[in-house]
Amino acid sequence: MKKLLIALLFSFVSTGAYADGHSPCGVTDGTIKILANEFTTYRIFMDEVKSCAGDGADFSVTHSVDHNKLQVAALSANPAEFSAKLVTNGSITTLMNDNLIRPLDDLVAKYGSALQDNQKIVIDGKIYAIAFMANAQHLWYRESILNDLGIAVPSTYEEVIAAAEKIKASGKMANPYAGAFKSGWNLGQEFVNMYLGHGGDFFKAGTAEVSVNNDKGVAALNMLKRLTEVSNPDFLTQDTNAVKEEWESGNVALMHVWNSGAASLLDDEGDQMIKADTRLANSPTVGGGSKPATTLWWDGFGIATNTSDANAEASFRALLGAATSTEMANANPNATIWLIDGYTPGDTAGPVVDAANRGATPYPSLPYMALLHGALSTELVEFLQGNESAEKALADVEAAYVAKATEQGFL
Amino acid sequence: MPHRTFFWFFFPSGLAMLLFIGLPIISSFFQSLHIEPEQILMEVEKCDPFGCKTETKVDIEATSKLQEEQPLGRFNGLGTYGDRNHLAFDEIKEAWSNSSSMAEFTDILLNLPFYKALLFTLTFCFAVTPPVVVLGFIVALSINTITKSLKGPTIFGVILPMIVTPLIGSLVLFWMIDAKGILGATIQYLFDDPNLSLKSSSQLTWITLIIYGIWHNTPFAFVVFYAALQTVPQDPIEAAIIDGATRYERVRHIVIPHLYPVATFIILICLMDNFRVLEPIIGFAAEGVAQSLSWMIYNDLRSENKMLFGSAGATSMLTIIGVAFLLTPVLIRTWREFRTER
Repeated sequence: MKKLLIALLFSFVSTGAYADGHSPCGVTDGTIKILANEFTTYRIFMDEVKSCAGDGADFSVTHSVDHNKLQVAALSANPAEFSAKLVTNGSITTLMNDNLIRPLDDLVAKYGSALQDNQKIVIDGKIYAIAFMANAQHLWYRESILNDLGIAVPSTYEEVIAAAEKIKASGKMANPYAGAFKSGWNLGQEFVNMYLGHGGDFFKAGTAEVSVNNDKGVAALNMLKRLTEVSNPDFLTQDTNAVKEEWESGNVALMHVWNSGAASLLDDEGDQMIKADTRLANSPTVGGGSKPATTLWWDGFGIATNTSDANAEASFRALLGAATSTEMANANPNATIWLIDGYTPGDTAGPVVDAANRGATPYPSLPYMALLHGALSTELVEFLQGNESAEKALADVEAAYVAKATEQGFL
Repeated sequence: MPHRTFFWFFFPSGLAMLLFIGLPIISSFFQSLHIEPEQILMEVEKCDPFGCKTETKVDIEATSKLQEEQPLGRFNGLGTYGDRNHLAFDEIKEAWSNSSSMAEFTDILLNLPFYKALLFTLTFCFAVTPPVVVLGFIVALSINTITKSLKGPTIFGVILPMIVTPLIGSLVLFWMIDAKGILGATIQYLFDDPNLSLKSSSQLTWITLIIYGIWHNTPFAFVVFYAALQTVPQDPIEAAIIDGATRYERVRHIVIPHLYPVATFIILICLMDNFRVLEPIIGFAAEGVAQSLSWMIYNDLRSENKMLFGSAGATSMLTIIGVAFLLTPVLIRTWREFRTER
């Protein structure tokens, strides 16, 4: 956490001069095929990757919100379907488990002189990925609506609910709150945030044995339930992109989504009245805790193991060129928090820095976390629909996890 | 047909079936008996933008060595079939002895993933198939009577739901039933309830999926019925007209008996197709409230981690057994009819 802060502070003063060494851009041959998530910041990044790659290489990028579901199958094939994958601290472990991304030390030594140290994701002494941005979910609000009703900016989830109920009662909006509750990865992530906010631990220390069926888990679920009650009744079908659309249509006054959402929410498209009224706030705490109920993420790239060395080098160079592009970062200061040398953070960086400052937990990079996230994705729906108790839902999560982890050989 | 001719006639398709259907089924079965080798974990130092800490990681060398020794994984026998995510024998036994009433037992049973999925799959099958047969028949009868010049375009319009890819069709409908979509808004207006949402409750989602299923499958029944209608002998119909039979009586006593075997065929195919329902669940983003057996397989192979081949294989086998159960009555019936006709 401190490192991030230091990096951000340093970036104000550093000069961003390119050290000598091979320039990564201007790839002359090879195939660059990248699999990436779909959101505006990644599109900005990919434009830079493409221009860095130049015309010499065969370049293609696949943006998909289902990237995590595709990655194992696509990179297990030999040769792999993609030469590179944009990864996060959530998705990298799955690829590491199966040895699907390669160590990058030699490529970093050759081309990576412009990299900052905190961009290097070092696991067991080897660099496996290069990070280029930091992200977190936090609160967003509509200033005029809160002001009209005399509501202070909520700093806890209890206040978020009180505020949402007040807006609802005023008749301004029927469903003032929004979060990405779509059953699947998004819903699992909402629980992860809320459970960590309550100070919970997912596993018994040092083992793959799950433990979420406890007071903190129940409290986290009950809080999610109360949030869904002030959300659009279709909440189980809304992912982050759908929530952002709701926001841009003016149906929502409070939401908890990614900092990188600024790239599309604060751009020149859509209703400029809503844009001018959109404010970012720190992520709330919950249940009297001191840590904000959110997780810290880095986004970066990894290079497939099952691709030729030439393609790996070409892909690495193009991606590295963008991951060290001070111009791209400073041209889009509000798109996200770039970890790039020489970047001056924009005015939207605050909530992420605040989350790091107040001790928000990075998303757990454990080999079996994806299995638990998967179990959370499907087993919480019935509770949120009111068909089952919180304890029962959490017992189901644990049972589903145990069955999967046993089959995977973790238990 | 001489046996020899029949053999050579059937041989190419038989070979293709063996290669592309038979062998994969056998391979899935073998895979379903195995689970992944043990994952060897180790503690390593991980550094990222948020700092360094010691964390658990899979020991790739040791684990891949195990994997090379046992490429199929560890032999688990029928263990995967009995685990909680499939037939859940232990959980059912426990529920049976602990629950005080039948209702409580059913609740626990239908909370288990496999039985939850089975319930939806069967409901979907049996709610979709009869309306499809009836509607398909009515549409075929109506189109058979309209003038020749209109037939072509009408038939095209009718089979459109079948031409549209299921995923696209369901996505289009998904957006239309959104609270702000044309159908969703109309329904809210008709029921005078601004909070009514087809996506928010399980029951309404199930009904939406079933209506979609009927919409998508009716053209198939129509096409088969329409083709069969062309073979209805004209002599008895003319005789019936002379005898003064009404249109209804002609359909009831001549057309329906003639189309009976065709209806059995349609029911067979419809049940089989609907038992494997998957695309509308994805298209309608209904995974939360409606899971089918095919969706379980899909989820095992496309979840955010290593693909669970064993689990997917086991569900596939159970699906095949399910289809076999479902089709047995219809097949027995067809067989009897076949025998009596000879």
